[in-house]
Amino acid sequence: MLQVTDLHASVVDSDEEILKGLSLRIGPGEVHAIMGPNGSGKSTFANVLLGRPDYVVNSGRVTFEDEDILELFPDQRALRGMFLAFQYPAEIPGVRPWQFLKAALDARREYAGEKSLSVRDFSKLFDDKVKAVGIDPDLVKRSLNEGFSGGEKKRNEMLQLEMLEPRLAILDETDSGLDVDALRIVAEGVNSLRSPDRSFLIVTHYQRLLNYIKPDVVHILVDGRIVETGGPELAMTVENSGYEQYIKAAVAD
Amino acid sequence: MTLATARGEKYAADFEALTESCPVTDWMLELRQSGWDHFDSIGFPTARRGNELWKYTNLTALDQGKFVFQLDGPGDVEPDLLRQRAPWSDDWSTLVFIDGRYSASLSQVSSGDGVKVQNLSDAAHSELLRTHLGTHAAVDENAFSALNTAFLMDGGFVQIPEGRDDTSPIHLLFVTTPGGSRAIYPRTLVVSGINSRSTVIESYISLGGEGGFTAPVAEYVLNSGAGIDHYRVLVENEESFHIGTTRVYQLDDSTFTSTSFALGPKIGRNDVHVLLDAPGAECTLNGLYLTTGDQHMDNHISTTHAKPHGTSHQFYKGVLSGNSRAVFSGRVLVEKDAQKTQAFQKDLNLVLSHGAEIDTKPSLEIYADDVQCAHGATAGHTDPEALFYMQARGIDEVTAQAMLMRGFASEIVDMISVDGLQDYVHGVVEEAIPRLQAAAD
Repeated sequence: MLQVTDLHASVVDSDEEILKGLSLRIGPGEVHAIMGPNGSGKSTFANVLLGRPDYVVNSGRVTFEDEDILELFPDQRALRGMFLAFQYPAEIPGVRPWQFLKAALDARREYAGEKSLSVRDFSKLFDDKVKAVGIDPDLVKRSLNEGFSGGEKKRNEMLQLEMLEPRLAILDETDSGLDVDALRIVAEGVNSLRSPDRSFLIVTHYQRLLNYIKPDVVHILVDGRIVETGGPELAMTVENSGYEQYIKAAVAD
Repeated sequence: MTLATARGEKYAADFEALTESCPVTDWMLELRQSGWDHFDSIGFPTARRGNELWKYTNLTALDQGKFVFQLDGPGDVEPDLLRQRAPWSDDWSTLVFIDGRYSASLSQVSSGDGVKVQNLSDAAHSELLRTHLGTHAAVDENAFSALNTAFLMDGGFVQIPEGRDDTSPIHLLFVTTPGGSRAIYPRTLVVSGINSRSTVIESYISLGGEGGFTAPVAEYVLNSGAGIDHYRVLVENEESFHIGTTRVYQLDDSTFTSTSFALGPKIGRNDVHVLLDAPGAECTLNGLYLTTGDQHMDNHISTTHAKPHGTSHQFYKGVLSGNSRAVFSGRVLVEKDAQKTQAFQKDLNLVLSHGAEIDTKPSLEIYADDVQCAHGATAGHTDPEALFYMQARGIDEVTAQAMLMRGFASEIVDMISVDGLQDYVHGVVEEAIPRLQAAAD
């Protein structure tokens, strides 16, 4: 589904590379976790995959369902089924979650050659999902993410994930700043969406979230490269002994 | 200085023609003359150095005297066209003025509950009119107040009786039509009685492409405990000059809540001053301005707290594109006696192009020591974080930017609590968004 080959990327107008030859492959239905210390490039990777304009790709290749996506705009990537749950979701003043999701879903359905949902059908779907994700119904009457607490923002990201049903969902430190209840809701959301043709890439600093979402593959990212790939047990190793050994190994490289 | 040049003669000739052909009662004649004398002595303000109030506004075109005052009665306008192009509801009491002249046939006034809504020149014998007209917007306010007074004829005169508790809107609709570059001088006086409630809409709409010069003056008087919801809608064409003066006089515990909307004319000015002249008065001045091309929109918003326990809010928002320029010059003056005043000022701008410029200058001048005041202003491009966020959900950049613009404007548009009017302004904003986007970079 996603194939990343020797990806090099840096911040726009900076010579210093953050991703220094990252490669990985995610198959359909797989759940991958990327773990790594602060500054290893985890978030950069998640954002580069969606084409955030703050980063520039220097070399390498990224294909999504066998299509080279690096030349595509972020919205074109999203329409093809990619989704990024943001670590820090932007506040959108004057735009209500309902309007926002209607526009996003309409765009998606139009791309897929489907008719857009009627306001009534959309409202029903939206209300059901709001309830399922456990968002305070008053919250969705406000401007998107404006004045939302950290936990509310993350739940709102899960609402969008559930509404848009992407092929590949990338969760950028969705667990940061969440209490156990919120964590469980995020995990339940992800688990309920797991299917043979939907994949997940979970970017996280801690093993905690992986107690609730069992990954198929765990990657350790250090200094812009994947230094180790293994099964779920790799997350436990990191939990017990930290990233120190990988950092040392990377420095020695 | 006397206007000795050709430009001055143009206005002088118009004034003379008016005086000869449209006789009015003595006091009005005197008022007109004092307006003319004042204008004649000062002329139009210039953007020269040191003229702080006008330094951003270039009025050369007015000075050249290409605009003609129309003595003839109102021209014909299809009622359907009016309903289509102007804010309109058959539930409102509406006075219609075509190119400055009152149109009885297009106006619709529902009588009842003691409210008087009439053409100003039909009320020449009203003592109330005589008492207030030109008192709050005096001829020496500025050249435009003087000029408007010199050409005093038709306009809206609204009397809200004491204790009236009905907010069905009263609409003063000033329309300009195509054909000739006209100078029009709409005048409005609203006097609201003790503990009354009312909703008053002033709108300035053009039905055609040619630019004219509109210099309205509106005076609002709020007696004790009176409340007015006021709306001012400026949707004249892109070639027009619009210099508006609004003066509000408030007595104790009165509430003036105003929402102004301006879709940039070529040169526009919204000059508002509110005097809170008794304790416990409250005034809220909100506004939205949209400019593009080489338009210029100047908001000169000022509130004076003369007595204690007053509250005032100024909240303006602007969306600028192309090479347009807008000004927010907000002033709150808290006089020595005005203890326990609360005053808040905010001007937020969305600047879509590098050629556009906003000069925002909120200022507080405080001479009392026990007050709570705050002000702030921002100007920024469309938030790139927000754009990326929306794009990452599959919304293309143009649509995302339009949603952000709509969202930005909606904070003011949503404050309009008259349904038909909110729909109208919403529609105008929707039409303007693609034009502003086309001039963005």
